[in-house]
Amino acid sequence: MPESIIPPFQGYGLGLRPPHYQEVLARDLPVDFFEVISENFMVKGGRPLTMLDAVRERYPVALHGVSMSIGSADGLRPEYLQRLKTLADRVQPLWVSDHLCWTGIEGFNSHDLLPLPYSEAAMETVCANVHQAQEALQRPILIENPSSYVAFADDEMTEWGFLTELCRRTGCYLLLDVNNIYVSAVNHGFDPLAYIAGVPAERVRQVHLAGHSQGRGRLIDTHDQPVPDPVWALYKAASRRLGPVAAMIERDDDIPPLDDLLAEVALARGYAANAEACAA
Amino acid sequence: MSLLELQRQFRDHLLDAPSPIADRIDGDSTADGLAVYHHAYRAQLVACLGDTYEKLWAWLGDDAFRAAAERYIAAHPPQSWTLSDYGSAFPAVLAELYPDDPDVAELASLDWTLRRAFDGEDASPITAGDLAAVDWETARFRFTPTLQIFPIRTNCAAIWNALALDETPPAATCLAEPAAIRVWRRELAPQFSSMDACEYDSLSRLQEGANFSELCAHLGDTLGEAEATLTIGQLLGRWLQDELVIAIA
Repeated sequence: MPESIIPPFQGYGLGLRPPHYQEVLARDLPVDFFEVISENFMVKGGRPLTMLDAVRERYPVALHGVSMSIGSADGLRPEYLQRLKTLADRVQPLWVSDHLCWTGIEGFNSHDLLPLPYSEAAMETVCANVHQAQEALQRPILIENPSSYVAFADDEMTEWGFLTELCRRTGCYLLLDVNNIYVSAVNHGFDPLAYIAGVPAERVRQVHLAGHSQGRGRLIDTHDQPVPDPVWALYKAASRRLGPVAAMIERDDDIPPLDDLLAEVALARGYAANAEACAA
Repeated sequence: MSLLELQRQFRDHLLDAPSPIADRIDGDSTADGLAVYHHAYRAQLVACLGDTYEKLWAWLGDDAFRAAAERYIAAHPPQSWTLSDYGSAFPAVLAELYPDDPDVAELASLDWTLRRAFDGEDASPITAGDLAAVDWETARFRFTPTLQIFPIRTNCAAIWNALALDETPPAATCLAEPAAIRVWRRELAPQFSSMDACEYDSLSRLQEGANFSELCAHLGDTLGEAEATLTIGQLLGRWLQDELVIAIA
Protein backbone atom coordinates (compact mmCIF):
# COMPACT_ATOMS: atom_id res chain seq x y z
CA MET A 1 0.00 0.00 0.00
CA PRO A 2 2.01 3.03 -1.22
CA GLU A 3 -0.11 5.64 0.57
CA SER A 4 -0.40 5.00 4.28
CA ILE A 5 -1.36 8.43 5.56
CA ILE A 6 -4.57 10.37 4.94
CA PRO A 7 -3.91 14.03 5.66
CA PRO A 8 -6.56 15.77 7.78
CA PHE A 9 -9.12 17.84 5.90
CA GLN A 10 -11.14 20.36 7.84
CA GLY A 11 -14.35 21.21 6.07
CA TYR A 12 -18.12 20.96 6.27
CA GLY A 13 -19.94 18.93 3.71
CA LEU A 14 -23.07 17.26 2.55
CA GLY A 15 -24.14 13.92 1.17
CA LEU A 16 -24.85 14.40 -2.53
CA ARG A 17 -28.33 13.09 -3.37
CA PRO A 18 -30.10 12.92 -6.77
CA PRO A 19 -32.87 15.48 -5.98
CA HIS A 20 -30.17 18.13 -5.52
CA TYR A 21 -27.94 17.35 -8.52
CA GLN A 22 -28.99 20.27 -10.70
CA GLU A 23 -29.04 22.78 -7.87
CA VAL A 24 -25.60 21.72 -6.68
CA LEU A 25 -24.19 22.47 -10.12
CA ALA A 26 -26.18 25.66 -10.65
CA ARG A 27 -25.38 27.41 -7.37
CA ASP A 28 -22.26 28.48 -5.53
CA LEU A 29 -22.72 26.61 -2.26
CA PRO A 30 -21.11 27.15 1.15
CA VAL A 31 -20.01 23.52 1.20
CA ASP A 32 -16.40 22.36 1.44
CA PHE A 33 -16.91 18.83 0.12
CA PHE A 34 -19.53 16.35 -0.98
CA GLU A 35 -19.80 12.72 -0.05
CA VAL A 36 -21.35 10.24 -2.46
CA ILE A 37 -22.55 6.68 -2.05
CA SER A 38 -19.87 4.74 -3.91
CA GLU A 39 -22.13 1.99 -5.23
CA ASN A 40 -24.41 4.50 -6.98
CA PHE A 41 -21.46 5.48 -9.15
CA MET A 42 -19.82 2.08 -9.65
CA VAL A 43 -21.70 1.92 -12.93
CA LYS A 44 -20.73 1.84 -16.58
CA GLY A 45 -21.95 5.27 -17.66
CA GLY A 46 -24.91 7.58 -18.03
CA ARG A 47 -26.13 10.43 -15.87
CA PRO A 48 -24.66 9.36 -12.49
CA LEU A 49 -21.04 9.46 -13.62
CA THR A 50 -21.60 12.58 -15.72
CA MET A 51 -23.00 14.37 -12.66
CA LEU A 52 -20.23 13.10 -10.42
CA ASP A 53 -17.54 14.33 -12.81
CA ALA A 54 -19.17 17.76 -12.90
CA VAL A 55 -19.44 17.96 -9.11
CA ARG A 56 -15.85 16.76 -8.70
CA GLU A 57 -14.64 19.58 -10.95
CA ARG A 58 -15.94 22.02 -8.34
CA TYR A 59 -15.65 20.26 -4.98
CA PRO A 60 -13.57 17.65 -3.18
CA VAL A 61 -15.49 14.37 -2.98
CA ALA A 62 -15.42 11.55 -0.40
CA LEU A 63 -16.51 8.03 -1.42
CA HIS A 64 -18.75 6.31 1.10
CA GLY A 65 -19.68 2.68 0.52
CA VAL A 66 -22.38 0.41 1.88
CA SER A 67 -21.52 -2.95 0.29
CA MET A 68 -17.88 -3.75 1.01
CA SER A 69 -19.01 -6.05 3.85
CA ILE A 70 -15.76 -5.65 5.76
CA GLY A 71 -16.92 -8.14 8.39
CA SER A 72 -17.83 -11.05 6.11
CA ALA A 73 -16.30 -14.25 7.39
CA ASP A 74 -15.83 -15.51 3.84
CA GLY A 75 -13.81 -12.48 2.73
CA LEU A 76 -14.27 -9.61 0.32
CA ARG A 77 -15.26 -9.85 -3.33
CA PRO A 78 -12.35 -8.95 -5.64
CA GLU A 79 -14.73 -7.76 -8.36
CA TYR A 80 -16.30 -5.28 -5.95
CA LEU A 81 -12.90 -3.96 -4.87
CA GLN A 82 -11.81 -3.62 -8.49
CA ARG A 83 -14.92 -1.61 -9.37
CA LEU A 84 -14.37 0.60 -6.33
CA LYS A 85 -10.72 1.11 -7.29
CA THR A 86 -11.80 2.16 -10.79
CA LEU A 87 -14.17 4.73 -9.29
CA ALA A 88 -11.54 5.98 -6.83
CA ASP A 89 -9.01 6.38 -9.65
CA ARG A 90 -11.57 8.45 -11.54
CA VAL A 91 -12.69 10.62 -8.61
CA GLN A 92 -9.42 11.00 -6.69
CA PRO A 93 -11.45 11.25 -3.49
CA LEU A 94 -10.51 12.71 -0.13
CA TRP A 95 -10.86 9.14 1.13
CA VAL A 96 -12.86 5.93 0.78
CA SER A 97 -15.04 4.74 3.65
CA ASP A 98 -17.39 1.89 4.54
CA HIS A 99 -19.01 0.47 7.67
CA LEU A 100 -17.98 -1.83 10.49
CA CYS A 101 -20.52 -4.47 9.61
CA TRP A 102 -21.20 -7.34 7.27
CA THR A 103 -23.83 -7.28 4.54
CA GLY A 104 -23.75 -10.88 3.37
CA ILE A 105 -21.92 -14.17 3.05
CA GLU A 106 -21.66 -17.06 0.61
CA GLY A 107 -23.31 -15.27 -2.28
CA PHE A 108 -26.13 -13.73 -0.25
CA ASN A 109 -26.25 -9.94 0.14
CA SER A 110 -28.79 -8.47 2.56
CA HIS A 111 -28.07 -4.86 1.53
CA ASP A 112 -28.31 -4.02 5.22
CA LEU A 113 -25.54 -3.13 7.68
CA LEU A 114 -25.62 -6.24 9.85
CA PRO A 115 -23.97 -6.29 13.28
CA LEU A 116 -20.68 -7.96 14.16
CA PRO A 117 -19.75 -9.52 17.49
CA TYR A 118 -16.92 -7.54 19.03
CA SER A 119 -14.73 -10.57 19.64
CA GLU A 120 -11.12 -11.45 18.89
CA ALA A 121 -12.30 -13.89 16.21
CA ALA A 122 -14.26 -11.12 14.48
CA MET A 123 -11.29 -8.79 14.89
CA GLU A 124 -9.05 -11.19 13.00
CA THR A 125 -11.57 -11.45 10.16
CA VAL A 126 -12.12 -7.70 9.93
CA CYS A 127 -8.37 -6.98 10.05
CA ALA A 128 -7.71 -9.44 7.23
CA ASN A 129 -10.47 -7.87 5.17
CA VAL A 130 -9.29 -4.31 5.85
CA HIS A 131 -5.80 -5.31 4.77
CA GLN A 132 -7.25 -6.85 1.59
CA ALA A 133 -9.28 -3.71 0.84
CA GLN A 134 -6.39 -1.35 1.49
CA GLU A 135 -4.11 -3.41 -0.74
CA ALA A 136 -6.69 -3.52 -3.53
CA LEU A 137 -7.48 0.19 -3.28
CA GLN A 138 -3.86 1.17 -2.70
CA ARG A 139 -4.88 3.51 0.11
CA PRO A 140 -5.97 3.35 3.75
CA ILE A 141 -9.72 3.32 4.26
CA LEU A 142 -12.03 4.88 6.82
CA ILE A 143 -14.30 2.60 8.84
CA GLU A 144 -17.60 3.96 10.16
CA ASN A 145 -19.40 2.87 13.31
CA PRO A 146 -22.90 1.55 12.48
CA SER A 147 -26.09 1.79 14.49
CA SER A 148 -27.01 -1.55 15.99
CA TYR A 149 -30.05 -3.18 17.53
CA VAL A 150 -28.56 -6.31 19.04
CA ALA A 151 -25.40 -7.16 20.99
CA PHE A 152 -23.85 -10.62 20.93
CA ALA A 153 -23.11 -13.04 23.71
CA ASP A 154 -19.67 -13.40 22.07
CA ASP A 155 -18.78 -9.72 22.64
CA GLU A 156 -15.44 -9.34 24.36
CA MET A 157 -14.91 -5.60 24.00
CA THR A 158 -16.76 -2.35 23.41
CA GLU A 159 -17.39 -1.07 19.91
CA TRP A 160 -14.99 1.81 20.45
CA GLY A 161 -12.41 -0.59 21.84
CA PHE A 162 -12.84 -2.75 18.74
CA LEU A 163 -12.38 0.26 16.44
CA THR A 164 -9.33 1.44 18.35
CA GLU A 165 -7.66 -1.95 18.03
CA LEU A 166 -8.68 -2.19 14.37
CA CYS A 167 -6.91 1.11 13.64
CA ARG A 168 -3.83 -0.06 15.51
CA ARG A 169 -3.60 -3.35 13.64
CA THR A 170 -4.44 -2.17 10.12
CA GLY A 171 -3.58 1.53 9.89
CA CYS A 172 -7.14 2.32 8.86
CA TYR A 173 -8.87 5.55 9.88
CA LEU A 174 -12.29 6.24 11.37
CA LEU A 175 -15.46 7.90 10.23
CA LEU A 176 -17.46 8.64 13.37
CA ASP A 177 -21.20 8.80 12.86
CA VAL A 178 -22.32 10.74 15.91
CA ASN A 179 -25.96 9.84 15.33
CA ASN A 180 -25.06 6.16 15.21
CA ILE A 181 -23.16 6.48 18.48
CA TYR A 182 -26.23 8.07 20.05
CA VAL A 183 -28.64 5.47 18.63
CA SER A 184 -26.51 2.53 19.75
CA ALA A 185 -25.87 4.15 23.16
CA VAL A 186 -29.60 4.42 23.80
CA ASN A 187 -30.28 0.92 22.43
CA HIS A 188 -27.51 -0.78 24.39
CA GLY A 189 -27.35 1.47 27.43
CA PHE A 190 -23.77 2.71 27.21
CA ASP A 191 -22.48 6.24 27.74
CA PRO A 192 -21.99 7.99 24.37
CA LEU A 193 -19.46 10.33 25.93
CA ALA A 194 -17.37 7.33 26.97
CA TYR A 195 -17.45 6.26 23.30
CA ILE A 196 -16.27 9.70 22.16
CA ALA A 197 -13.57 9.70 24.83
CA GLY A 198 -12.49 6.17 23.91
CA VAL A 199 -11.79 6.46 20.20
CA PRO A 200 -8.29 7.37 18.97
CA ALA A 201 -8.87 11.03 18.03
CA GLU A 202 -5.85 11.13 15.74
CA ARG A 203 -7.38 8.43 13.51
CA VAL A 204 -10.73 10.18 12.98
CA ARG A 205 -10.90 11.87 9.58
CA GLN A 206 -14.64 12.47 9.21
CA VAL A 207 -17.82 12.88 11.22
CA HIS A 208 -21.36 12.09 10.07
CA LEU A 209 -24.34 13.98 11.46
CA ALA A 210 -27.85 12.64 10.92
CA GLY A 211 -31.22 12.00 12.51
CA HIS A 212 -33.10 8.93 13.66
CA SER A 213 -36.57 7.70 14.54
CA GLN A 214 -38.15 6.29 17.66
CA GLY A 215 -39.00 2.63 17.16
CA ARG A 216 -40.71 0.18 19.51
CA GLY A 217 -38.49 0.19 22.55
CA ARG A 218 -35.42 1.45 20.70
CA LEU A 219 -34.11 4.10 18.35
CA ILE A 220 -33.91 3.29 14.66
CA ASP A 221 -31.18 4.76 12.47
CA THR A 222 -33.32 6.07 9.64
CA HIS A 223 -31.19 9.04 8.53
CA ASP A 224 -34.46 10.62 7.40
CA GLN A 225 -34.78 13.40 9.99
CA PRO A 226 -33.00 16.64 10.81
CA VAL A 227 -30.12 16.28 13.24
CA PRO A 228 -31.81 16.31 16.69
CA ASP A 229 -30.60 18.16 19.77
CA PRO A 230 -29.02 15.16 21.55
CA VAL A 231 -26.91 14.44 18.46
CA TRP A 232 -25.86 18.09 18.20
CA ALA A 233 -24.89 17.95 21.89
CA LEU A 234 -22.79 14.87 21.25
CA TYR A 235 -21.23 16.56 18.21
CA LYS A 236 -20.17 19.49 20.39
CA ALA A 237 -18.48 17.04 22.74
CA ALA A 238 -16.90 15.25 19.80
CA SER A 239 -15.60 18.55 18.38
CA ARG A 240 -13.91 19.33 21.67
CA ARG A 241 -12.33 15.89 21.79
CA LEU A 242 -11.38 15.55 18.11
CA GLY A 243 -10.38 19.10 17.23
CA PRO A 244 -10.73 20.23 13.62
CA VAL A 245 -12.13 17.37 11.56
CA ALA A 246 -14.30 17.13 8.44
CA ALA A 247 -18.00 16.86 9.26
CA MET A 248 -21.07 16.49 7.10
CA ILE A 249 -24.83 16.15 7.11
CA GLU A 250 -25.88 12.70 5.93
CA ARG A 251 -29.52 12.61 4.87
CA ASP A 252 -30.57 9.37 3.16
CA ASP A 253 -34.36 9.54 2.98
CA ASP A 254 -37.19 12.08 2.98
CA ILE A 255 -34.70 14.41 1.34
CA PRO A 256 -35.65 18.04 2.18
CA PRO A 257 -34.89 21.16 0.12
CA LEU A 258 -31.16 21.78 -0.27
CA ASP A 259 -31.30 24.96 1.80
CA ASP A 260 -32.60 23.01 4.82
CA LEU A 261 -29.51 20.82 4.70
CA LEU A 262 -27.23 23.82 4.13
CA ALA A 263 -28.63 25.33 7.32
CA GLU A 264 -27.55 22.18 9.16
CA VAL A 265 -24.10 22.38 7.55
CA ALA A 266 -23.86 25.96 8.83
CA LEU A 267 -24.85 24.81 12.32
CA ALA A 268 -22.13 22.16 12.30
CA ARG A 269 -19.60 24.73 11.17
CA GLY A 270 -20.66 27.08 13.95
CA TYR A 271 -20.61 24.47 16.70
CA ALA A 272 -17.15 23.27 15.66
CA ALA A 273 -15.81 26.83 15.50
CA ASN A 274 -17.18 27.45 18.98
CA ALA A 275 -15.53 24.30 20.29
CA GLU A 276 -12.26 25.38 18.70
CA ALA A 277 -12.53 28.86 20.23
CA CYS A 278 -13.20 27.38 23.66
CA ALA A 279 -10.20 25.10 23.31
CA ALA A 280 -7.91 28.01 22.34
CA MET B 1 -18.92 -20.62 17.51
CA SER B 2 -17.10 -19.37 14.42
CA LEU B 3 -17.98 -16.00 12.90
CA LEU B 4 -19.02 -17.78 9.72
CA GLU B 5 -21.48 -19.98 11.58
CA LEU B 6 -22.92 -17.00 13.44
CA GLN B 7 -23.36 -15.12 10.16
CA ARG B 8 -25.05 -18.14 8.58
CA GLN B 9 -27.49 -18.23 11.49
CA PHE B 10 -28.17 -14.49 11.13
CA ARG B 11 -28.72 -14.91 7.38
CA ASP B 12 -31.12 -17.78 7.99
CA HIS B 13 -33.07 -15.57 10.40
CA LEU B 14 -33.40 -12.88 7.73
CA LEU B 15 -34.55 -15.49 5.20
CA ASP B 16 -37.15 -17.03 7.51
CA ALA B 17 -35.23 -20.31 7.71
CA PRO B 18 -34.96 -22.08 11.09
CA SER B 19 -32.19 -20.36 13.04
CA PRO B 20 -30.92 -20.49 16.63
CA ILE B 21 -29.45 -16.97 16.28
CA ALA B 22 -31.52 -15.67 19.21
CA ASP B 23 -29.35 -17.84 21.49
CA ARG B 24 -26.31 -15.85 20.40
CA ILE B 25 -27.83 -12.46 21.21
CA ASP B 26 -27.09 -10.74 24.49
CA GLY B 27 -29.77 -8.90 26.44
CA ASP B 28 -33.44 -9.15 27.29
CA SER B 29 -34.94 -7.60 24.16
CA THR B 30 -33.45 -10.03 21.69
CA ALA B 31 -36.58 -10.61 19.65
CA ASP B 32 -37.23 -6.88 19.14
CA GLY B 33 -33.67 -6.26 18.03
CA LEU B 34 -33.63 -9.13 15.59
CA ALA B 35 -37.03 -8.00 14.30
CA VAL B 36 -35.52 -4.64 13.29
CA TYR B 37 -33.10 -6.40 10.95
CA HIS B 38 -35.74 -8.83 9.72
CA HIS B 39 -38.05 -5.95 8.83
CA ALA B 40 -35.33 -3.71 7.35
CA TYR B 41 -34.16 -6.45 4.99
CA ARG B 42 -37.58 -6.81 3.38
CA ALA B 43 -38.48 -3.12 3.52
CA GLN B 44 -35.33 -2.18 1.66
CA LEU B 45 -35.95 -4.73 -1.08
CA VAL B 46 -39.59 -3.73 -1.47
CA ALA B 47 -38.45 -0.11 -1.77
CA CYS B 48 -35.83 -1.13 -4.32
CA LEU B 49 -38.40 -2.94 -6.45
CA GLY B 50 -40.78 -0.01 -6.07
CA ASP B 51 -38.12 2.37 -7.29
CA THR B 52 -37.12 0.24 -10.28
CA TYR B 53 -40.66 -0.80 -11.20
CA GLU B 54 -42.29 2.56 -10.64
CA LYS B 55 -44.82 2.40 -13.49
CA LEU B 56 -45.67 -1.21 -12.76
CA TRP B 57 -46.36 -0.22 -9.15
CA ALA B 58 -48.73 2.53 -10.30
CA TRP B 59 -50.43 0.06 -12.68
CA LEU B 60 -50.92 -2.73 -10.14
CA GLY B 61 -51.68 -0.54 -7.13
CA ASP B 62 -50.07 -0.74 -3.68
CA ASP B 63 -51.54 -4.00 -2.42
CA ALA B 64 -50.99 -6.09 -5.53
CA PHE B 65 -47.51 -4.68 -6.06
CA ARG B 66 -46.49 -5.35 -2.48
CA ALA B 67 -47.86 -8.90 -2.63
CA ALA B 68 -45.91 -9.61 -5.83
CA ALA B 69 -42.78 -7.98 -4.42
CA GLU B 70 -42.91 -9.98 -1.20
CA ARG B 71 -43.38 -13.19 -3.13
CA TYR B 72 -40.42 -12.31 -5.31
CA ILE B 73 -38.21 -11.39 -2.35
CA ALA B 74 -39.01 -14.67 -0.60
CA ALA B 75 -37.94 -16.65 -3.67
CA HIS B 76 -35.03 -14.46 -4.83
CA PRO B 77 -32.60 -13.39 -2.09
CA PRO B 78 -30.24 -10.72 -3.45
CA GLN B 79 -26.82 -11.91 -4.54
CA SER B 80 -25.15 -8.92 -6.16
CA TRP B 81 -23.25 -6.22 -4.27
CA THR B 82 -25.43 -3.61 -5.93
CA LEU B 83 -29.15 -3.13 -5.47
CA SER B 84 -29.25 -2.03 -9.11
CA ASP B 85 -29.08 -5.70 -10.06
CA TYR B 86 -32.01 -6.68 -7.85
CA GLY B 87 -35.25 -7.55 -9.56
CA SER B 88 -34.01 -8.87 -12.89
CA ALA B 89 -36.34 -11.88 -12.73
CA PHE B 90 -39.36 -9.90 -11.52
CA PRO B 91 -40.95 -9.74 -15.01
CA ALA B 92 -40.73 -13.55 -15.31
CA VAL B 93 -42.31 -14.00 -11.88
CA LEU B 94 -45.08 -11.56 -12.80
CA ALA B 95 -45.72 -13.53 -15.99
CA GLU B 96 -46.40 -16.56 -13.78
CA LEU B 97 -48.48 -14.58 -11.29
CA TYR B 98 -50.58 -12.94 -14.01
CA PRO B 99 -50.80 -15.52 -16.82
CA ASP B 100 -53.93 -13.91 -18.28
CA ASP B 101 -52.62 -10.34 -18.08
CA PRO B 102 -49.48 -10.14 -20.24
CA ASP B 103 -49.54 -6.35 -19.88
CA VAL B 104 -48.23 -6.73 -16.31
CA ALA B 105 -45.00 -8.55 -17.18
CA GLU B 106 -44.51 -6.42 -20.30
CA LEU B 107 -44.82 -3.21 -18.30
CA ALA B 108 -42.30 -4.67 -15.84
CA SER B 109 -39.89 -5.47 -18.67
CA LEU B 110 -40.18 -1.90 -19.87
CA ASP B 111 -39.45 -0.52 -16.39
CA TRP B 112 -36.49 -2.87 -15.98
CA THR B 113 -34.83 -2.21 -19.32
CA LEU B 114 -35.24 1.56 -18.98
CA ARG B 115 -33.57 1.40 -15.58
CA ARG B 116 -30.71 -0.65 -17.01
CA ALA B 117 -30.26 1.87 -19.82
CA PHE B 118 -30.05 4.73 -17.27
CA ASP B 119 -26.52 3.91 -16.11
CA GLY B 120 -25.42 1.59 -18.91
CA GLU B 121 -22.24 1.98 -20.89
CA ASP B 122 -21.65 5.25 -22.76
CA ALA B 123 -21.17 5.14 -26.54
CA SER B 124 -20.84 7.51 -29.47
CA PRO B 125 -23.34 7.02 -32.29
CA ILE B 126 -22.34 7.27 -35.93
CA THR B 127 -24.09 9.59 -38.34
CA ALA B 128 -25.03 9.38 -42.02
CA GLY B 129 -21.71 11.06 -42.79
CA ASP B 130 -19.85 8.01 -41.49
CA LEU B 131 -21.44 5.69 -44.05
CA ALA B 132 -19.37 6.69 -47.04
CA ALA B 133 -16.50 4.32 -46.28
CA VAL B 134 -18.68 1.31 -45.42
CA ASP B 135 -18.19 -1.90 -47.43
CA TRP B 136 -21.86 -2.96 -47.46
CA GLU B 137 -21.13 -6.47 -48.73
CA THR B 138 -19.51 -7.49 -45.45
CA ALA B 139 -20.70 -4.77 -43.09
CA ARG B 140 -21.77 -5.77 -39.61
CA PHE B 141 -23.61 -3.45 -37.23
CA ARG B 142 -22.65 -2.55 -33.68
CA PHE B 143 -25.46 -1.03 -31.71
CA THR B 144 -25.29 1.19 -28.65
CA PRO B 145 -24.62 -1.07 -25.63
CA THR B 146 -27.77 0.04 -23.82
CA LEU B 147 -30.01 -1.22 -26.64
CA GLN B 148 -32.40 -3.96 -25.52
CA ILE B 149 -35.28 -5.37 -27.52
CA PHE B 150 -38.18 -7.60 -26.60
CA PRO B 151 -41.47 -8.69 -28.20
CA ILE B 152 -44.80 -7.49 -26.83
CA ARG B 153 -48.41 -8.59 -27.21
CA THR B 154 -50.16 -5.69 -25.46
CA ASN B 155 -50.43 -1.89 -25.45
CA CYS B 156 -47.91 -1.72 -22.57
CA ALA B 157 -46.13 1.19 -24.27
CA ALA B 158 -49.28 3.34 -24.25
CA ILE B 159 -49.94 2.38 -20.63
CA TRP B 160 -46.37 3.29 -19.63
CA ASN B 161 -46.53 6.63 -21.43
CA ALA B 162 -49.84 7.57 -19.80
CA LEU B 163 -48.51 6.68 -16.35
CA ALA B 164 -45.36 8.72 -17.01
CA LEU B 165 -47.51 11.74 -17.84
CA ASP B 166 -49.71 11.15 -14.79
CA GLU B 167 -52.67 10.60 -17.10
CA THR B 168 -55.35 7.94 -16.83
CA PRO B 169 -53.85 4.92 -18.60
CA PRO B 170 -55.83 3.09 -21.28
CA ALA B 171 -57.28 -0.33 -20.52
CA ALA B 172 -54.93 -3.17 -21.32
CA THR B 173 -55.58 -4.63 -24.74
CA CYS B 174 -53.85 -7.12 -26.99
CA LEU B 175 -52.29 -5.69 -30.16
CA ALA B 176 -53.73 -6.70 -33.52
CA GLU B 177 -50.26 -7.42 -34.93
CA PRO B 178 -47.10 -8.80 -33.29
CA ALA B 179 -44.85 -5.97 -32.17
CA ALA B 180 -41.81 -5.27 -30.07
CA ILE B 181 -40.06 -2.58 -28.10
CA ARG B 182 -36.56 -1.29 -28.23
CA VAL B 183 -35.08 0.50 -25.21
CA TRP B 184 -31.84 2.47 -25.32
CA ARG B 185 -30.23 5.62 -24.00
CA ARG B 186 -29.71 8.68 -26.16
CA GLU B 187 -27.01 10.81 -24.55
CA LEU B 188 -28.19 10.75 -20.90
CA ALA B 189 -31.88 10.06 -21.51
CA PRO B 190 -33.24 6.48 -21.46
CA GLN B 191 -36.03 6.03 -23.98
CA PHE B 192 -38.05 3.45 -25.83
CA SER B 193 -39.84 3.03 -29.11
CA SER B 194 -42.35 0.52 -30.45
CA MET B 195 -41.34 -1.58 -33.45
CA ASP B 196 -43.25 -3.67 -35.96
CA ALA B 197 -42.35 -7.32 -36.47
CA CYS B 198 -40.13 -6.55 -39.47
CA GLU B 199 -37.95 -4.07 -37.57
CA TYR B 200 -37.74 -6.42 -34.59
CA ASP B 201 -36.69 -9.31 -36.80
CA SER B 202 -34.12 -7.19 -38.63
CA LEU B 203 -32.64 -5.77 -35.44
CA SER B 204 -32.53 -9.24 -33.87
CA ARG B 205 -30.67 -10.70 -36.84
CA LEU B 206 -28.09 -7.91 -36.85
CA GLN B 207 -27.63 -8.14 -33.06
CA GLU B 208 -27.06 -11.87 -33.43
CA GLY B 209 -24.25 -11.27 -35.92
CA ALA B 210 -25.82 -11.34 -39.38
CA ASN B 211 -24.12 -8.95 -41.77
CA PHE B 212 -25.87 -6.36 -43.89
CA SER B 213 -25.99 -8.37 -47.10
CA GLU B 214 -27.43 -11.38 -45.22
CA LEU B 215 -30.17 -9.14 -43.84
CA CYS B 216 -30.87 -7.71 -47.31
CA ALA B 217 -31.11 -11.22 -48.73
CA HIS B 218 -33.53 -12.27 -46.00
CA LEU B 219 -35.72 -9.24 -46.52
CA GLY B 220 -35.60 -9.78 -50.29
CA ASP B 221 -36.87 -13.34 -49.80
CA THR B 222 -39.72 -12.28 -47.52
CA LEU B 223 -40.74 -8.89 -48.95
CA GLY B 224 -39.53 -8.92 -52.56
CA GLU B 225 -36.59 -6.89 -53.87
CA ALA B 226 -38.30 -3.54 -54.25
CA GLU B 227 -40.02 -3.61 -50.88
CA ALA B 228 -36.87 -4.89 -49.19
CA THR B 229 -34.76 -2.02 -50.57
CA LEU B 230 -37.32 0.53 -49.39
CA THR B 231 -37.60 -1.10 -45.95
CA ILE B 232 -33.88 -1.40 -45.30
CA GLY B 233 -33.42 2.26 -46.23
CA GLN B 234 -36.16 3.30 -43.83
CA LEU B 235 -34.79 1.15 -41.00
CA LEU B 236 -31.24 2.39 -41.47
CA GLY B 237 -32.41 5.99 -41.51
CA ARG B 238 -34.47 5.50 -38.36
CA TRP B 239 -31.69 3.73 -36.47
CA LEU B 240 -29.19 6.46 -37.36
CA GLN B 241 -31.61 9.20 -36.41
CA ASP B 242 -32.33 7.50 -33.07
CA GLU B 243 -28.58 7.15 -32.42
CA LEU B 244 -28.76 3.38 -32.11
CA VAL B 245 -25.75 2.54 -34.27
CA ILE B 246 -22.19 3.01 -33.02
CA ALA B 247 -20.32 1.27 -35.83
CA ILE B 248 -20.85 -0.35 -39.24
CA ALA B 249 -17.74 -2.15 -40.39
